[in-house]
Amino acid sequence: MSGAAATRRRRNVKELFVGLGFLLPSLFGFLLFFAYPTVRGLFISFTDWDLLTPAKFIGIDNYTALFADSAYWNSLWVTVQYVFWNIPAQTVLALAIAMMMNKLTKTGFLKGAFLIPWLIPNVIVAMLWLWLLDPSVGYLDEVVKAMGLPPLGFLANADTAMPLVAWINIWKWMGYNALILYAGLQGIPKEINEAAVIDGANGWKEFTKITLPMLRPVLAFILVTTIIGSFQIYDTVAIATRGGPVDATWVMNFYLFKYAFQEYHMGYATAGSMVLFALLFVVGLVQMRMMRAGEAD
Amino acid sequence: MGKKAADRHPILWLGAIVLLFLTLFPFAWVVRTSVTPHDQIFSAPGALWPAEATWTNYGRVLGLITGADAVKLGGSGQKIEFVRALCNSIIVCTVITAVQTLACAMAAYAFARLRFWGRNGLFLIYLSALMVPGIVMIIPNFILVKEAGLLNTFLGIMAPTLLMTPFAVFFLRQFFLSINKELEEAAFLDGAGKVRTFVQLILPISQTALATLALSTFIAGWNDYLWPLLVGKDPDVRLLNVAMGIFRSQTPQGVPDWGGLMAGTLISIVPLIILFALFGKKIVNSISFSGFR
Repeated sequence: MSGAAATRRRRNVKELFVGLGFLLPSLFGFLLFFAYPTVRGLFISFTDWDLLTPAKFIGIDNYTALFADSAYWNSLWVTVQYVFWNIPAQTVLALAIAMMMNKLTKTGFLKGAFLIPWLIPNVIVAMLWLWLLDPSVGYLDEVVKAMGLPPLGFLANADTAMPLVAWINIWKWMGYNALILYAGLQGIPKEINEAAVIDGANGWKEFTKITLPMLRPVLAFILVTTIIGSFQIYDTVAIATRGGPVDATWVMNFYLFKYAFQEYHMGYATAGSMVLFALLFVVGLVQMRMMRAGEAD
Repeated sequence: MGKKAADRHPILWLGAIVLLFLTLFPFAWVVRTSVTPHDQIFSAPGALWPAEATWTNYGRVLGLITGADAVKLGGSGQKIEFVRALCNSIIVCTVITAVQTLACAMAAYAFARLRFWGRNGLFLIYLSALMVPGIVMIIPNFILVKEAGLLNTFLGIMAPTLLMTPFAVFFLRQFFLSINKELEEAAFLDGAGKVRTFVQLILPISQTALATLALSTFIAGWNDYLWPLLVGKDPDVRLLNVAMGIFRSQTPQGVPDWGGLMAGTLISIVPLIILFALFGKKIVNSISFSGFR
């Protein structure tokens, strides 16, 4: 009896060491570049630190200064605007493309074609649209002229800049999200749709009464990831508008980036990033809650 | 059945054609612009194809035409080390992909198959890192890399994603869980230890999943901008995206070097199109999977 227990213990210890061996490289990366910076960021946010002189503990001063800064609130507002331009249009287009992939052709052609923009780095995507949207010689300006409309200014116009930044990201991501939704559509049992058609449901009714409810988990997943991703937009803005015109596209990450890497207020910038973290955490929780509420009914 | 798809779904087809045009036209316009001489870009902005197509934009971007000649052709005259940046991107993304895939496969195997104290707790902690926004980690990681003296080195650029990303561990763990346990038990009875089982059995039969993950890791690396911008601005270690950003900011105000920018754009896209042509199906599969996490 005690011999068996000792053997088991020896085996457990051995398994622990083997397991640790397998985990070692990833654990090293995780602790150093995921866990440590998150914890350290929280500490830095309570200090005044310019990277040259030693950090000075200042309590919650960074947070009070942050909340008192109207530019911070403006960047949050601008980011929220971006999310609202981006998410509804992107989700609807992705859903439409997913339906096309599902109904029109089972060959890989549509999937492949719509996925190409997703392969291209944000920087390159922004560059390409910056050129198409050039207010003096861009192709879309030519189209506008040919239609006899006054010049729109596109990204140089404070009213159209943000919707266009959103469009650039929609263009990049709609095919990708469509593929995830398409995979969700494949998961809906064929019999359900067939039964609905036999019962006399037309295409639209079939879509709203069966397809959409069945897609709910996948849709929820896409909404959670795209909304949380949208709050962190940086690359497109950096290339296409640099935060302008005036402050029209001065998003949250631009604000934080300026304080961290141009003015070297590390404490202040990390405090801002912690607030964003908290905000996204709440957004995520609310969405999960809504998702679950949806499952109940 | 019997009817053509076009007859059954006319509205869907119309929508598909419009969206396909919106998706693909920009690429055609990049190609058109990249072979258009500088003056014609401004004299005939609506022309679908230049009167005289030219390779000079590519020559300028690739550094075959320098100095005064480049200025005459619409460039800034500054040296664009595009080939260098392209090679840097290929090196950095390849190393990240290889090391990260192996390290995450090891971790995923431990989480899927080995039994040890704290396994599930640690896995949850790994997963929780998915919730942390990038900017939260980027600032302290920048400080850490700076303190370690790794600014403007390849190692500094690769460091945060070299050994793991939570998604990679999660993806491979799911796959390993689906492998038939009896196979491993048979190997075990034959006297193979955990390490040998992993190397000689698990890795070979997981080739498809590993390749799928490696592709999405490579694409993610190729896409990254903010981190390499912070850590690798030196011409020697500049990645392609950083070089493009600098190219864009150096281009003459008022009359930007669109021909050169679009030639650069096309060169940046080509490696991805090649990858896609070779492995499109795997990439599509990896995305379909991500809906089920």
